[in-house]
Amino acid sequence: MISVSGIGLNTIAGLLVVLIGAGAIFLIAVIDRKKSPRTLRPIAAFQSLRRAIGLAVEDGKRLHVSIGNANILTPNSASALVGLSTLNRIAQLSMISDRPPIATSGDGTLAMLSQDTLRDAYRSGNALEQYDPMRARLAGTTPMSYVAGTIPIIHDENVTANILVGSYGSEVALLTDAIDQKNAFSLAASDSLTAQAALFATANETLIGEELFAIPAYLQAGPFYTASLYAQDILRWIVIAVILAGSALKLLGII
Amino acid sequence: MRAPIATAIAIAVGLIVLLGYFVPLPILDEIRTTLLDWGVTLAGVAALVGIINLIITHWHRVTAARNRDLYSVILILSFIMTLAAGVVLGPSDAQFQHVITSIQVPIESSLMAVLAISLAYASLRIFQKRKGLIAIIFVISALLFLLVTSGFLASGSNNPILASILTAINQLPVAGARGILLGVALGGLATGLRILMGADRPFSG
Repeated sequence: MISVSGIGLNTIAGLLVVLIGAGAIFLIAVIDRKKSPRTLRPIAAFQSLRRAIGLAVEDGKRLHVSIGNANILTPNSASALVGLSTLNRIAQLSMISDRPPIATSGDGTLAMLSQDTLRDAYRSGNALEQYDPMRARLAGTTPMSYVAGTIPIIHDENVTANILVGSYGSEVALLTDAIDQKNAFSLAASDSLTAQAALFATANETLIGEELFAIPAYLQAGPFYTASLYAQDILRWIVIAVILAGSALKLLGII
Repeated sequence: MRAPIATAIAIAVGLIVLLGYFVPLPILDEIRTTLLDWGVTLAGVAALVGIINLIITHWHRVTAARNRDLYSVILILSFIMTLAAGVVLGPSDAQFQHVITSIQVPIESSLMAVLAISLAYASLRIFQKRKGLIAIIFVISALLFLLVTSGFLASGSNNPILASILTAINQLPVAGARGILLGVALGGLATGLRILMGADRPFSG
């Protein structure tokens, strides 16, 4: 492998991607703070989500945010972190509701972080008295026990809208099936390909691939979230260019 | 900024771990390993706190004035029995493991069976939920790959044209999966960078 001063080419490429990503997020966020906010392309799932949140608040029903069962120390924790940002924003949006949202997770760390996220949302809305740590629960510690522990919440806690954002396997279809039986709304997004396929067939609205990471931006969580979407677009074009250049060089027999 | 100390610690730890990955300095690698070890320990403690939270939630359900949940009694009793047996015999005891897996495996297998039926039923109803070209492509892809992976076409693999077509078809999901996973990886990177910049804080401090 080619190396520069003992650092491999892969490492240099990785570092470059990180630096370009960080620079792009920072610059776009700073520019956007001085200008009017950028418009995001319309995605039907997010329009349905906003409508479902509004209806749940109006009807005095509950919202359920499922953060999945990712371990925070593994690479798939990014989807859970998006789930936490989503929970924060949904808690803020539904603060005037009679029934505050409920969060479930399948990992101890995520359960603690979701409690902290809910408390932070209520504190920033000057409604700390509404915070109840029992509304951010560990439903089970294995994928199946998590599903088994979450289904009663979907059935018994007056939930009309469910937002499933995190790491799941195909077992997530049992959750969407339970949601269907209650005639409730479901928006689901996962970083796992298996879960995405299962959710496409079973959820009301499904986000595919990187759309998962767009949820906080579409819920207007802040300029940095919108900036990171644009940074992702820049990085995606760079990756596409590198793949095409690599293919062309390979075709020409240069590499 | 709220909780500046917690945010500064989180950013510093994140940066050290990231730098330890990119820069091959032994001291940096040592610090990174130590920090990750602390993370593993904290995650273990968090799991314990989470389980206590789970038991308290079910205790509230059992002692609620209305709509008491008897299944919660079963959960609490099972938890106490498992915990007691685990403490007395040790978690690696063969008999303890045998009893636990004899209960857990059939239950999870039953749930998998329910899942198979749920997915089959959902696939039959897919056009009620989804309309448009993507749904049609999804169904055609699912049927095509069921046919290809079922082995029905294996007898035709001696035919070089059919074999080439099958090889090309088998490459399609790999290409699609790579595309989706690249998008997910870039999204994960952006999420991590937001946390390193202190713009996204999954902790209140």
